[in-house]
Amino acid sequence: MELKNAMLELIRRASTDLSPDVEAALVQAYDREDEGTPAKSVFGTIIENVKLAREASTPVCQDTGSVIMYIDFPVGHSEKVYKEAAEAAAMEATKLQYLRPNAVDPITGKNSGNNVGVNAPYLHFHQWDKDEVRVRLMLKGGGSENVGAQYKLPDTALKAGRDLKGVKKVVIDAVNKAQGQGCAPGIIGVGIGGDRVTSYALSKEQFFRKLGEPSSNPDLAALEKELYEDLNKLNIGPMGFGGKTTCLGVNVAAQHRHPATFYVAISYTCWVYRRKQMIIKGSEVTYD
Amino acid sequence: MIKLTTPISEETARSLKVGDEVLLTGTIVTARDAAHKLMVEEKPDFPRPYMKDGVIYHCGPVVKKHEDGSYSFVAAGPTTSTREEPYQAAVCEEYSVRAVIGKGGMGPKTLEGLQKVGAVYLHAVGGAGTLIAKRCTKVETVFKLEEFGTPEAFWVIQVEDFPCVVTMDSHGNSLHKEIAAKSDEIAKELMGLK
Repeated sequence: MELKNAMLELIRRASTDLSPDVEAALVQAYDREDEGTPAKSVFGTIIENVKLAREASTPVCQDTGSVIMYIDFPVGHSEKVYKEAAEAAAMEATKLQYLRPNAVDPITGKNSGNNVGVNAPYLHFHQWDKDEVRVRLMLKGGGSENVGAQYKLPDTALKAGRDLKGVKKVVIDAVNKAQGQGCAPGIIGVGIGGDRVTSYALSKEQFFRKLGEPSSNPDLAALEKELYEDLNKLNIGPMGFGGKTTCLGVNVAAQHRHPATFYVAISYTCWVYRRKQMIIKGSEVTYD
Repeated sequence: MIKLTTPISEETARSLKVGDEVLLTGTIVTARDAAHKLMVEEKPDFPRPYMKDGVIYHCGPVVKKHEDGSYSFVAAGPTTSTREEPYQAAVCEEYSVRAVIGKGGMGPKTLEGLQKVGAVYLHAVGGAGTLIAKRCTKVETVFKLEEFGTPEAFWVIQVEDFPCVVTMDSHGNSLHKEIAAKSDEIAKELMGLK
């Protein structure tokens, strides 16, 4: 089960070690806060915890999230093979305490105990023309998932119309409502357009982008920059204690909408921003 | 920095104020959604000895079971407390709880309950799973593990120098209420609603 072992290693890396761009953003946030403030002390604890988790190879956060995988594979491959490997890897990762058992049957309330269940792990498949396989993994915590929101424009109360100005307003509203609940500072993924389902999907996929990498669309890149600056003026700060850093990044994307609808989905992820990918080419596996 | 040891007297709990930094040592009990629902609906007696003048920790840990049958915490940061808002005040009163540890703060019902009972809300650093697990020195026992599953079970643990900040006290003060009121004003300005 080489594929299973590669996926297990991908899960281990995601759960126990943050990517360099995320760690760098946390260090910058620590440097920005004033001495003697709760915000400074929180960032100090956060940075120490990230180091401890990497050294001990234990989860950065006990909420090891929902296991979400995006798999791109060459023509002719079987999805079943990847599904079985992902399930086996999730079970093994739970046994090794890289994952907490996080799959609960909503009817009986029973935890499956191994992160496998209906739509768990959650897999997105995509066939592509390359002769290599790419597996992108996101471990997303439940607390931050709970503060996500979807708006339908126009929004009368917020005076938010069907344009990018309206989009900006609802993002500010969502992050303000989240306060520290989603383990601020957060990273904000925004999906504009699409239907109810695809708007959330698009917002979440934005978490695979690197921090500080702007949208290729100049209007959206400008919106990302404005939102990043505005959200950090809210003074919610780490854990909602007040402070200069309320978000570490804003990634926005758009897709065509039905003439009658204008959805804006906002996905929020906590500072324990866990996403890793691996490329499998022949017998070689590289992780990033 | 205030050193706090369980059991905590009502007098001690009432002496704590928003902004106080605390290092907590002693026995505490984890409880989340299923546990709070149970404590309100069925009022079971098994948690009483651990909760009287004690501490509830909103936490769903990652736990390792050892060959000898004992357990230890691998990652154990706080979970979002607001989900317990409907239950917390009643639980604190029924079980004479003096402190609740969690993250994100709680609402007006809990704040009122803290005043009535003489208890505080302690904020731990969300996401600091490995760091806090190192302060959880021993798992004494566990209740409802089979029925509720690992994250939702009642884990009775010993902690040493667990770092927290008082963000809601027994005098009606809440850091969360203050921060939200200020950010609401800023948000309105940024949205052009003022």
